[in-house]
Amino acid sequence: MDPLIVLSGVNKHFGQLHVLRDIDLTVGRGEVVVVIGPSGSGKSTLCRAINRLEPVESGTITIDGRPLPSEGKELAKLRADVGMVFQSFNLFAHKTVLQNVALAPVKVRGRSRADADKRARELLDRVGLLAHADKYPAQMSGGQQQRVAIARALAMDPKALLFDEPTSALDPEMINEVLEVMQQLARDGMTMVVVTHEMGFARSAANRVVFMADGLIVEDRVPEEFFTAPRSERAKDFLSKILHH
Amino acid sequence: MNVLLDNFSLYGKGFLGTLELTLYAGVLALVGGVIIAGFRVSPVKALRVFGTTWVTVLRNTPLTLLFFAVLLGLPRFGLRLPFTTFAVLALACYTSAFICEAVRSGINTVPLGQGEAARSLGMTFIQTLNLVVLPQAGRAVISPIGSTLIALAKNSAIAGSFSVTELLGTYKPLNELGYSIIWSFIWIAVGYLIITLSISLLFNVLEKKMGVVR
Repeated sequence: MDPLIVLSGVNKHFGQLHVLRDIDLTVGRGEVVVVIGPSGSGKSTLCRAINRLEPVESGTITIDGRPLPSEGKELAKLRADVGMVFQSFNLFAHKTVLQNVALAPVKVRGRSRADADKRARELLDRVGLLAHADKYPAQMSGGQQQRVAIARALAMDPKALLFDEPTSALDPEMINEVLEVMQQLARDGMTMVVVTHEMGFARSAANRVVFMADGLIVEDRVPEEFFTAPRSERAKDFLSKILHH
Repeated sequence: MNVLLDNFSLYGKGFLGTLELTLYAGVLALVGGVIIAGFRVSPVKALRVFGTTWVTVLRNTPLTLLFFAVLLGLPRFGLRLPFTTFAVLALACYTSAFICEAVRSGINTVPLGQGEAARSLGMTFIQTLNLVVLPQAGRAVISPIGSTLIALAKNSAIAGSFSVTELLGTYKPLNELGYSIIWSFIWIAVGYLIITLSISLLFNVLEKKMGVVR
């Protein structure tokens, strides 16, 4: 395995709460790792730590062999290579869909407006939203906004994509349209770290499932094994609660 | 009634003086205030401390005291400028503290996720602020900035006590010439109203134009 994202001995507290405890995790190039676990287990924090939206207290995080820099231009450069998709979409409210996708390639990558717009249109087409290019985010459904957010992340040609509960804020009938886009990305070989409660996606698209509880990585296994024969009591308990409804 | 027509050039000079003070100090305060607001939300601690100190000191100093400090203090350090320039500086620094706080409260109305999304795309702090956060803070900021600039127009009257030609100061020569004090002041008030109502009007128009679809 060619390691792309490597966390070792990562620790983080929120006040008294030890939210990440000695986390070691390696994500290989082209791998899809799904992180699941009960709320408060630290899975979102883990995801956000990878591009330093949450600074960690100790341990190292390297991306493509380079350690994560602290604040400044270097960090910005690294973040440009690691896309992020948020639970609440976070599309720029004052920009149209096309501008949302083309903004960072122009301002961060220094591409020409024409090139960036062309590429943005291709990506919007890929997520099935080219017809909505001139709308504002507030005029679209949650599922559409999230697909735009994925296109926006892809426009930077990232080495990896982080998904922080991308479908948790969506109405049930919109979840699939987002998952389908993610499935396609996984098939295309994108390196992905996905924090989610969508067990169907974990089963079908993930190479590995990482189960977290109380700030620890409790299990890190192939999906089929994890779902059919979880080793830890904590995972058995978690699965029994979510799978039997 | 004759007081205006008899002394039109005196009133005119005073009016233009006040207009000049308001305009120059207003532009400087706007630029300075936005920059200081940027300092106050920046990731660099030294800048945050500077911004907080700037606002705390200037916002809590009486403007007259600040005028004394600038007009009498700075020349002692060898800085000699025309009184009007000193007055513009004092007014601009004072007003920038209020502009800064208005802008900062506007920044706080923009959801945190907007900045996070910008940063996660590789934008620097300054890009995040200029391209994503400030444009969305704009609308919430317009009305308080309008109020601050109206206050600035009226505060500029203090400059009259420091030998700067401005509108309020015109009452002194008129009084000596024996004109009715009431009518002198009525026309001064009209002059201020022209400036302050224009500012209100401008900011009402801006507020309507800068709606953000959310």
